[in-house]
Amino acid sequence: MYRKTEIIKEPTVNDSGDMIINIGPQHPATHGVLHLVITLNGETIKKVEPHLGYIHRSIEKMCESLSYRQFIYVTSRMDYLSSHINNHGCALCVEKGMQIEVPARAQVIRVLMDELTRIASHTLWWGAMAMDVGALTPFFLAFREREMINDIMEETCGARLTMNYMVPGGIMVDLHPTFQRKVKEFIVHFKSKIDEYDDLVTDNIIFKNRTVNVGVISKEDAISYGLTGPPARASGVSCDIRKIYPYEVYRTLQFEEIIETAGDSFARYLVRMKEMRQSLSIIEQLIDNIPEGDFQAKTKAVLKLPKGEFYSRVETARGEFGVYIVSEGGTTPYRIKFRSPGFSTLSALDHMARGSKIGDLVAIMGTLDFVIPDIDR
Amino acid sequence: MLSFENISNAIHNWLYHSFSPTTALWLEFVLVAVCVISLFSFLGLVLILMERKVSAWMQVRLGPNRVGPKGMFQTVADTLKLIVKESMTPDGADKLLFNLAPFIVMIIAMMLMAPFMFARGFQIWDINIGVLFFTAVSSISVIGILMAGWASNNKYSLLGAMRSGAQIVSYELSAGLSILCIIVLTGSLRISDIIASQENGWWIFKGHIPVIIAFVTFIIAVTAETNRAPFDMAEAESELTAGFHTEYSGMKFALFFLAEYINIFIVCALGATLFLGGWMPLHVGHWQGFNHIMDYIPSSIWFFGKTFFLVFVIMWFRWTFPRLRIDQLLNLEWKYLLPISMVNLLLVTLMAILGWHF
Repeated sequence: MYRKTEIIKEPTVNDSGDMIINIGPQHPATHGVLHLVITLNGETIKKVEPHLGYIHRSIEKMCESLSYRQFIYVTSRMDYLSSHINNHGCALCVEKGMQIEVPARAQVIRVLMDELTRIASHTLWWGAMAMDVGALTPFFLAFREREMINDIMEETCGARLTMNYMVPGGIMVDLHPTFQRKVKEFIVHFKSKIDEYDDLVTDNIIFKNRTVNVGVISKEDAISYGLTGPPARASGVSCDIRKIYPYEVYRTLQFEEIIETAGDSFARYLVRMKEMRQSLSIIEQLIDNIPEGDFQAKTKAVLKLPKGEFYSRVETARGEFGVYIVSEGGTTPYRIKFRSPGFSTLSALDHMARGSKIGDLVAIMGTLDFVIPDIDR
Repeated sequence: MLSFENISNAIHNWLYHSFSPTTALWLEFVLVAVCVISLFSFLGLVLILMERKVSAWMQVRLGPNRVGPKGMFQTVADTLKLIVKESMTPDGADKLLFNLAPFIVMIIAMMLMAPFMFARGFQIWDINIGVLFFTAVSSISVIGILMAGWASNNKYSLLGAMRSGAQIVSYELSAGLSILCIIVLTGSLRISDIIASQENGWWIFKGHIPVIIAFVTFIIAVTAETNRAPFDMAEAESELTAGFHTEYSGMKFALFFLAEYINIFIVCALGATLFLGGWMPLHVGHWQGFNHIMDYIPSSIWFFGKTFFLVFVIMWFRWTFPRLRIDQLLNLEWKYLLPISMVNLLLVTLMAILGWHF
């Protein structure tokens, strides 16, 4: 039955006559449960205030009661679009503490999986970004390609989203026999499709109007807000962890760090588009050169990190992901802190969106590529 | 030949023969109302299914394919669901305006059907100011949208309605100016005269480049006027959730939805009538044999074929282009389309005076 309830009166208009409007927690543009309180003067944004906590699961606290093998599984649920890379970062940190030597085969497979994940994440971002600026078709085209990667992941890792494939000491299981063939098929397929992406969206005049000189952030501001990943590289900050602090086999690979200087939405878009091509070239370099051998190092059944503090960083699709473990020498970490790229990026949203229109805010959010569970752990 | 003219004339004569003129007129009113309402609902169902199929085709998927053969009854099922749903009126809404708005929008869409010639001799009202009637009535629909946005007591709705108001008012100018181009060439506002003037070729072929420019301007302007992507600022779902009809549910929402599709049909029908000859078959100058063969295709097929082609083009826009921003949208109109169509109108006038068209 319908029951009349007391309506909570919130201020619609503040003292200076500006309209206050809630975007989210449920809103098509936030791609999750992000809550933005924006202050509007007409259609012009005067302030953006992100409210967090809607999907806080206290993952860091949970990790403190899980062993060093177990806590990695929880991290798949943070940035679910690059769960491989999250797992990778955690595995690296534990390996650093335990001084485990990862076999060459596992290293190559890890990098392959990372780059496949990066492409999958960027294709999804591309579709969602186009949807944010109002083009609905790219979303379906992006999912067509993402589906191929998901199928590859499903065969080898047994899961499509939260793979939990990287374990301390290597990878959980060996590659599926069809892995190489399927990845090669994907490379051929994706090479033609990424050109189609450019035709459909990148060169579109409306899209350029919507993104060029919108949401500009300078190099200095990008550094002071702690931006990492594509948003920072679009402002001219060199911050690719794969180049600066190479891990696994990245040192031996030929790839470029994509840097744009404009710092606007279009630059962020271009960085991600070019990164997809770079990831594709990394996969091409590795797919025929997977060394034979063990896929997992011999480790003890129960891992005990020595007393101390350990930090490792990896480059996810969204930026730098850091894992900081404080160990007291036991089987579980004393404290774990994750440095997620999305949180710092979100803090810069207000700076970027001020003075632009509501439509721009959505386009800026699209180029920043928020994954809310990554921001709100 | 299959023609509606004989049927409608026969009914008309029989009514006036059997009843007194007043009764006959009333009976005709009722008949027309039934026809319009059934055409309205039928077109709504067909267009919504068409949109879903077109979008599916462009988005590498199948589209509705479960209800009925090839998903033909999907929209019927959807409409049934919407009828059964509760139509909520939010607390704090202006009850009268909130409930009135969808009906205003729909009644205007129905009224717009009056001057159109759906086939040879098949027209509700051959008014001598047919095109003026169209432009005048179609501009009322913005009132319905503004009412819906204001009465919903929702900030998203309000923003959507204000955007829609700004947009429709500005794009009507260039739509009107491009319609004027054809009026200048034909010298009549009556729809039947405009179609008759295209006996030896459609205006888009006869009128050189200026008419083609007018046609392109017209298509852009009416896409904006019907709030379709890439100009769907009023409902921009990624920004304003659903814009002016955020708070509507059930059949009241369905009426907005239906009116949007009927409006697309109507503006496309106008475009087909003005630029592509309405029901007039494809005639080329003095090619008697060719013209004769073309005449064998029924006139209603010509009209609906042209109209649905334009509808398809407008749907094509929607599923390909990103959305403009509100200031860019107004820039496009006031800085580009309006000056272009003004100069273009002068060119067409010059052409008409000097008789340079075919």
